[in-house]
Amino acid sequence: MIEARELTRRYGSKTAVDSLSFTVRPGVVTGFLGPNGAGKSTTLRMILGLHTPTSGSVTVDGRRFRDRPRGLRHVGALLDAGDVQGGRTARAHLAVLARGNRIPLPRVDEVLAEVGLTAAAGRRIGGYSLGMRQRLGIAGALLGDPPVLLFDEPLNGLDPEGVKWVRGLFRRLAAEGRTVFVSSHLMSEMEHTADELVVIGRGALIAAESLTDFAARGARLSVTVGTPDRSLLTALLLSEGAEVREESGLLTVTGLPAARIGALALEHRLPLDQLTTRTASLEEAFMELTADSVEYPAGDAR
Amino acid sequence: MTTLTVREPRARFLDLIASEWLKLWSLRSTGWSLLVGTLAVVAFNLGTAWDHYRYWFQYDAEGRAGFVRNGMALGDAFTGNASMVLILCSAAMGAVAVVGEYGSGLVRTTFAAVPARGSLMAAKLLVVAGVQSGFGAVVAGLSFWSTQAVLAERGVGLPLTHPGALRIVVASALLAPVCALTGAALGALLRHGAVSVVGSVVLLLLLPSVLGDRRHLTAVLAHATPLHAWQRLVAVGPVEGPYPWTAGGAWLVYALWASGAGAVTVLAVRRRDQ
Repeated sequence: MIEARELTRRYGSKTAVDSLSFTVRPGVVTGFLGPNGAGKSTTLRMILGLHTPTSGSVTVDGRRFRDRPRGLRHVGALLDAGDVQGGRTARAHLAVLARGNRIPLPRVDEVLAEVGLTAAAGRRIGGYSLGMRQRLGIAGALLGDPPVLLFDEPLNGLDPEGVKWVRGLFRRLAAEGRTVFVSSHLMSEMEHTADELVVIGRGALIAAESLTDFAARGARLSVTVGTPDRSLLTALLLSEGAEVREESGLLTVTGLPAARIGALALEHRLPLDQLTTRTASLEEAFMELTADSVEYPAGDAR
Repeated sequence: MTTLTVREPRARFLDLIASEWLKLWSLRSTGWSLLVGTLAVVAFNLGTAWDHYRYWFQYDAEGRAGFVRNGMALGDAFTGNASMVLILCSAAMGAVAVVGEYGSGLVRTTFAAVPARGSLMAAKLLVVAGVQSGFGAVVAGLSFWSTQAVLAERGVGLPLTHPGALRIVVASALLAPVCALTGAALGALLRHGAVSVVGSVVLLLLLPSVLGDRRHLTAVLAHATPLHAWQRLVAVGPVEGPYPWTAGGAWLVYALWASGAGAVTVLAVRRRDQ
């Protein structure tokens, strides 16, 4: 369990994290979402005691992480896959970490096998692809078999097979009763991974709730309808109380389920060539909620 | 849902030393740097001894007698040039031991695995000091043996039992860990590879060279540097100059630099964000 209370960090006059309070529970995967520069990495570094909060506190299983003499058995973390020295082999890198934490060396080969790096274990990390480094970072996080795991953007650089594997791994770790906290700036990455969400923007908390609750508060469900007689169908839908927008030959309907639209069309013998419920509303919910807090907006988008 | 309990063995400082030892030797560059450093320093000493051997008979009889009388064979055992090369090598290796972690970002992985940053840096410094002491001992021992073997061909080589000989070897050997620890401290403060190495050169080589010992203030400052301490320790015969000082004082300078550098390194990582 991770508990942040009024966690604040200022760098000079800039507030990176602004009285952030949240709880990350064990047994579920919690996504940590926010646009670039929202303060996710700073928060994760404060959890790990690498950066000191200006005020407020954050504890892991009731204790400040920095007060523990050794960390790997308490928290496994992958902050940045690049946080390694390229001259070492993967096995040596993990052996160094294991030795300092008094973890038996056979565990190194265990985690290497778990992340699928056994064949490359004797090669120097400098020659690894980003995806392989992510796997190595995950191996390092698993080394101490910890009850709490932190991952900062772990899906970067992974191929689709790797993404699928990581998602399965996170679910399994959570099912084992562990606390799994995964950051991302993409909602789509979290959609099939997280059960709970902590969403921040400009260092401040925007939402801390379940994925389903989060989805519900965002954009409403919409249905895309294609028909040769758009004006007639539009009139019918409007009379049923729906909202209709026309866009590149298709109607976007909100406020009426697909089944009702289909029935309505059948009733009036209107042919439909498309009837699709849009489920990708989570990304929109995220965009909508964080729109005001994007740190580095592109061009004249706002 | 099950509650996970953490079973953890007691944290031991020894594990950190073993870990840092492994960390140092798992980089190929470590062995190569030490080998190249050894060859470079020994070559400088051997070159001087070879020069004396080669041109021995170009000195007149009085010059040759003076060489023996003044114990100049010991001067060849570890020359001033060699000491500068040694300072450079050791300071750079010490700095890299710390800065290598900052430059790559490994330091975050390290401190996330071992939140006891002070203990970890202390372990790292002990490993660096130990390896550098070994390096210094090999370099100084090899230099002494090889130079005296060359000079023995002219019948003027001296044994390690000769008065002052052992002190030259020990003072030269210990110059390595003192400078490596200084390099590590600058690395921990500056956190940047090139800047730390340049800082080490300025502090350990440039500054001592511009400090003369003809005025009291500059003499005091000069005597407080490892380079002058080494020069004092390897000096054969009575010490000249307006402000003479004891060998004990020079050993103290070594000790203060080593412990001061250690304290700076440990405090630097404990206070700041990583």
